[in-house]
Amino acid sequence: MMDWAFIEVWGWRLVSGLGITIKVVVISCALGFVLAYPIARARMSRRLWLSGPAAGYVACFRGTPLLCQLYLIYYGAGEIRPLLSDLGVWWFFRDSLYCCLLAFTLNTAAYQSEIVRGAVMSVPRGQVEAGRALGLSGYRLLRHVIGPQALLIALRPFGNELVTVTKSSALTAIVTLLDLMGQTRYIFARTFDFSIYMYAAVIYLALTEVMGWGWGMLERRLGRHLRR
Amino acid sequence: MRGALVTVGLSLATLPFGFGGGLVLALLRLSRWNWVRRACGVYVWFFRGIPDLLSLFLVYFGLQAVLNWAGQVLGLGWRPEMDAFSAGVVALSVVVAAYSSEVWLSAWAAVPAGQREAGRSLGLRPGVVFRQVVLPQMVRVALPGLGNVWMVLIKDTSLISTLAVMDLLRAASEASRATSRPMLFYFAAGAVYLVFALASGVGQSALERRAGRGLAGI
Repeated sequence: MMDWAFIEVWGWRLVSGLGITIKVVVISCALGFVLAYPIARARMSRRLWLSGPAAGYVACFRGTPLLCQLYLIYYGAGEIRPLLSDLGVWWFFRDSLYCCLLAFTLNTAAYQSEIVRGAVMSVPRGQVEAGRALGLSGYRLLRHVIGPQALLIALRPFGNELVTVTKSSALTAIVTLLDLMGQTRYIFARTFDFSIYMYAAVIYLALTEVMGWGWGMLERRLGRHLRR
Repeated sequence: MRGALVTVGLSLATLPFGFGGGLVLALLRLSRWNWVRRACGVYVWFFRGIPDLLSLFLVYFGLQAVLNWAGQVLGLGWRPEMDAFSAGVVALSVVVAAYSSEVWLSAWAAVPAGQREAGRSLGLRPGVVFRQVVLPQMVRVALPGLGNVWMVLIKDTSLISTLAVMDLLRAASEASRATSRPMLFYFAAGAVYLVFALASGVGQSALERRAGRGLAGI
């Protein structure tokens, strides 16, 4: 039933789109992960000038649509172009790929910091106290006691977040980036063949399915000592 | 700022269909017949596995195609048209139903089977047992999850702006194009979304308090 001529003409577009989608997801999730811990730590801080802004940041990025944030960065940057040019960062905001990466990174950092916060808080208090009693420094406590336990708890929500980012990466198509969704829209505009959306759906399904499967393997591997 | 009203309207109009549809889906997934369970499982898996934007496009364009086809088959002289708002509601409902069915399913599992058995042994009919005994308990368990889906819904309405509905985000786009002040208008739109999110948070905890009033002191 598949139309091979159709695939031959348009297939490479879908593949290059898939490449951009994966690029956006991997880079923004990785950078978001790096940002997540400091944000979570600031959010849990007892000092108000640290926890206040962090809580505000998380609320702002979780409470507004990603599309709105994307527009704000992509179109908003144009408004303050003279300023950005003076700072020498206009090349960054001129490129829709970089704008998307920035928006996605900031967005997923907010979500991931909540995951990290939940995971760190679910490590039993006694573990921290035991570590302190052994005379571990703050860094060593984090590296050897809190970190391994919290990461294991956070693994599943992280996997969910990865899938969520993959799905929301379709939004990049709206700011003219030719990711999988963007290429699909382009092909649809050229051919008016509705089935291209179904092909895209199948590719996205495969992508999320593979992620879920791979993540499940990772989880089983890392949690093997907990299995009964 | 009429767009804000459209956003609220879209969300509220989707609410009964999305959550109701999710409940029906969840019940069908518990069906006695294998093929019904299988079909609903595939539906949920499909719409949870693809981007919301893609689902909206699929439903939106698919709906138009189906309507055209129906018009031809029924031999109507006119092509049934659907305005973008209702199409948006249908499309969002399809997605929200898939998400919320998961919540309902886990809520169903959280109500002990003894409750159903007790209801049946009191001689209540299955429908009555479900409405009077099981559903109220399910609602209490499901509320936090449904609250999350509601937040997703509010944010997903912004995707409708890429179709042809003049919602909050599209209004902000048009305004910023007319005045070339995108920063201002997108910030304002973001602030309005934030207010919606905060207001829903307050509403949600009020609902949860009300749903949990039978459990006070536990």
